[in-house]
Amino acid sequence: MAEAPQDRATAAASAPLLTQEETLTADTFIRGLWQENPVFVMLLGMCPVLAVTNSTINALGMGLSTTFVLVFSGILISLLRHWIPKQVRIASYIVIIATFVTLVDYAIQAISLELYAALGAFIQLIVVNCIILGRAEAYASKQRVLTTIVNSLGTGIGFTLALLALGTVREILGNGTILGISLFGPDFQPWLIMILPPGGFFVLGAWLLYFNWLRLNRLRRVTTFTGAPADAR
Amino acid sequence: MTRGIEIRTSPHLKRVVTVDKIMRTVVLALLPIAAFAVWQFGLSALLLLVTTTGVAVLTEWWFARASGRGNTVADWSAVITGLLLGLTLPPGFPLWMAAVAAFVGIALGKALFGGLGYNVMNPALVGRAFVQAAFPVAITTWTPAFAPGRFTEVIPSTLTAPFMQPIAVDDWIAGLNLDGWSGATPLALQKFEHIETPILDSFTGMIAGSAGETSALLILICGLWLAWQRMLDWRIPVSVMAGAVLMALPFWLLDPSLYPSPWFVLCSGGLMLAAWFMASDMVASPVTAKGVVIYGLFIGALTVIIRLFGGLPEGVMYAILLGNAVGPLISSWTQPRVYGAK
Repeated sequence: MAEAPQDRATAAASAPLLTQEETLTADTFIRGLWQENPVFVMLLGMCPVLAVTNSTINALGMGLSTTFVLVFSGILISLLRHWIPKQVRIASYIVIIATFVTLVDYAIQAISLELYAALGAFIQLIVVNCIILGRAEAYASKQRVLTTIVNSLGTGIGFTLALLALGTVREILGNGTILGISLFGPDFQPWLIMILPPGGFFVLGAWLLYFNWLRLNRLRRVTTFTGAPADAR
Repeated sequence: MTRGIEIRTSPHLKRVVTVDKIMRTVVLALLPIAAFAVWQFGLSALLLLVTTTGVAVLTEWWFARASGRGNTVADWSAVITGLLLGLTLPPGFPLWMAAVAAFVGIALGKALFGGLGYNVMNPALVGRAFVQAAFPVAITTWTPAFAPGRFTEVIPSTLTAPFMQPIAVDDWIAGLNLDGWSGATPLALQKFEHIETPILDSFTGMIAGSAGETSALLILICGLWLAWQRMLDWRIPVSVMAGAVLMALPFWLLDPSLYPSPWFVLCSGGLMLAAWFMASDMVASPVTAKGVVIYGLFIGALTVIIRLFGGLPEGVMYAILLGNAVGPLISSWTQPRVYGAK
């Protein structure tokens, strides 16, 4: 949808801090997936990351729910961005987010009671997930609907992939299965600690170690190539 | 080369003791205990000790190389970690699990903190705590000591294929035709059935248990030798034992049929090995003279509390890990007063 030029002008006048609107590129999508991955780079939303990744299906359910809420709350906030008063914006965002969380809550309850029981309170807690509020405040409230959708999808899928990265490792080691399918036969020795809470910390730490190692290695290659000092980020 | 006058604060005369010399002495003190474990449990214990030590050294070497800290294997600290870890595991513990424990101990307990001197907790116990939580059944499966043919054949569970459940040892134990094998260690017998093993047996080590924790007498001798060599702070083991005795005494006086006697507390389980060789870890214990006494009493008392009221028969591992965790706090509480200051 195209906006009339005078609308933009009034918006800019009422909110002088409004950043420039982003033009849609592939980067809009990939950023949330990789460079600004909410879990492995920004370390946001750690609570569900650690709590519900004890199996692949839980991780997938949590990731998709969050992505849904992220995208749809993003759309609504982006549509209403010129009408939400600055003073009460957080409360307004929360109301919008909570609406979609309630939708997801009922939907999961209807689709799979088992998954609903496994995810427990963490579905409702999506309301206070800082990834969603962060996207709302930093992106959706300042950008056009189309770019918001793409950016939210990228962030949501990035979050889902991160959850899956933890969930699969924990399920394979802790239960010998992936999505409930046995991988190593009945004699497999499960590593109980991996599906217990400490396992979440260990696996998250291991992944962070790996990604930081990748980042440092790339930095070192760039440094040797350009001759720039090593601490130039 | 001419040297000018060197102006610096005391101490001016120092004993030339390097890290690797201390570590080598500790390894030397551990060798009789390891030898006793091999004599008592046979080939399986030997394989276990070789595996934990080998994996610990390899892990140390790899992490030191990856982080560019040079070769830290030569300081022998990884050998101690591996040996101690092997001595605290059941003799029939599957080798692949032992390798996991050694890797986690060095990697998570030491290398990620920055190597020797920076570890918050005793690396061997970190590794053991990890496998205790990961494989709770395997780590409480005990096999009899002095099994016939222990030098020619291994306990079946030792050679379990990686990532598989340990091979059941029940048939193997039944085939040994041992009299009076109950499948429990003295600690478990005392805790769950209130049967106290004769004190002489647990003092000399004629009992089942973890590979190197059985003979309190031998550990005492090796520990005393190490203390005499000034390679460990004698206050730590003494206060750990004192803490355990002081905690156990009132309960025993109250009801000797239900609670273990203080000497049984001292001689059973891993308390003796832990007091002399683990609590006294130079890096993870407090640095002040008053602090180590508090630290030791804390560990000893906590061990007895876990043993008497916790779900597990043995608690010295968690007690030491907790002691390590509060160590820096104890150090800062007990800073000595600077001479001349108010």
